[in-house]
Amino acid sequence: MITIQNYVRAQSLEEAWSLNQKRQNRILGGMLWLRLGKGSIHTAIDLCNLGLNGIEENDTEFRIGAMVTLRDLELHDGLNAYTRGAVRNAVKDIVGVQFRNMATVGGSIWGRFGFSDVLTVFLGLDTYAELYKGGMVPLETFVSMKKDNDILVRLIVKKAPARIVYTAMRNQRTDFPVIACAVSQLGGEYRAAIGARPARAMVIRDEQGLLSDGITAESAKAFAEYTAKKAPTENNVRGSAAYRTHLIRVLTQRSVLELGGI
Amino acid sequence: MEIKLILNGRQVVGHVDADTVLLDFLREKGCLSVKRGCDTSNCGLCTVLMDGKPILSCSTLAVRADGHEVFTLEGLQGEAADFIGFIADQGADQCGFCNPGFVMNTIALLRENPDPTDEEIRAFLAGNLCRCSGYDGQLRGIRNYLNSRGR
Repeated sequence: MITIQNYVRAQSLEEAWSLNQKRQNRILGGMLWLRLGKGSIHTAIDLCNLGLNGIEENDTEFRIGAMVTLRDLELHDGLNAYTRGAVRNAVKDIVGVQFRNMATVGGSIWGRFGFSDVLTVFLGLDTYAELYKGGMVPLETFVSMKKDNDILVRLIVKKAPARIVYTAMRNQRTDFPVIACAVSQLGGEYRAAIGARPARAMVIRDEQGLLSDGITAESAKAFAEYTAKKAPTENNVRGSAAYRTHLIRVLTQRSVLELGGI
Repeated sequence: MEIKLILNGRQVVGHVDADTVLLDFLREKGCLSVKRGCDTSNCGLCTVLMDGKPILSCSTLAVRADGHEVFTLEGLQGEAADFIGFIADQGADQCGFCNPGFVMNTIALLRENPDPTDEEIRAFLAGNLCRCSGYDGQLRGIRNYLNSRGR
């Protein structure tokens, strides 16, 4: 059980960052995962007054504040039009509406959780993490970075010409995924983001050009085989490594075929 | 810490610790419809509406409700009365422990989507667990309520 001694609604990012330099202080996201932990927090830092709870869209990008909820993602017309519903598909089975009204993009991404649907779908897009001190970092780089005392301010999703399909396998509808899979075409590049391996999500690019001559049943199968070989999997209570590898093959193949309209 | 919020239409002032959760604050204020179930943000028993949106009060710090509007079932009995009767008619209220959370989330659903399909009802209520009556009864109750309203 977590205990909190003080609570501060930061009035600026600088104030939040300064408070966050002390080891016993913590930034609050939706508090859903944090609350299940153990230990004592000296000061809980709330970013709710910093205007980070909105999604801004312009001609070139989406700017998604760290305090945007997963429900906001689910209901945002522009984001879901751009991704043809992939973002909605990625979050719609996360526990329930009440949970998604609380869980934040910042909490999901900062945590770099292995089970994260949110991380997986955004890795399928041209996404950057905007850090208060660290500046703009490609999300793929951010995933591998060690946690520090910086603050995730926003996610930036560039509007590259893109098509994306999101699928996941769950043992039960609202459980964590056994495997999460976002297959996309960004510009001329095909990639698959594979999450819940159960390690954190990773990106696998079509470096061998398996799909470069177009999507067919054969090329989809070849890319799925390639992805399954490149994505390490492990056992946990939800599934074995072998089962996960099988699921990667199946979900990637289906997603590529859907991407190609087949 | 002092917090001020609008609770069921009335301004309320309270003193809470930094880690007091909203559920405990609300129950102290007499809102006993708000129940502690799983305490892990999964079961929906503790659902309340904050600024019109359903949230889990077991996982919300009371200090985060400062300056906001909160409704519990005590404040929405008029709006809930009709379909509670339909749920009872299906025997889906059985032990009744999960009912307030179901009712609160159904209110949120019908405000957002007044004419949901069965699949939309299932999806919206996926975050509400019932330990004894199952889910078909609730679905039938809500469906019958919507059908009766349409007539």
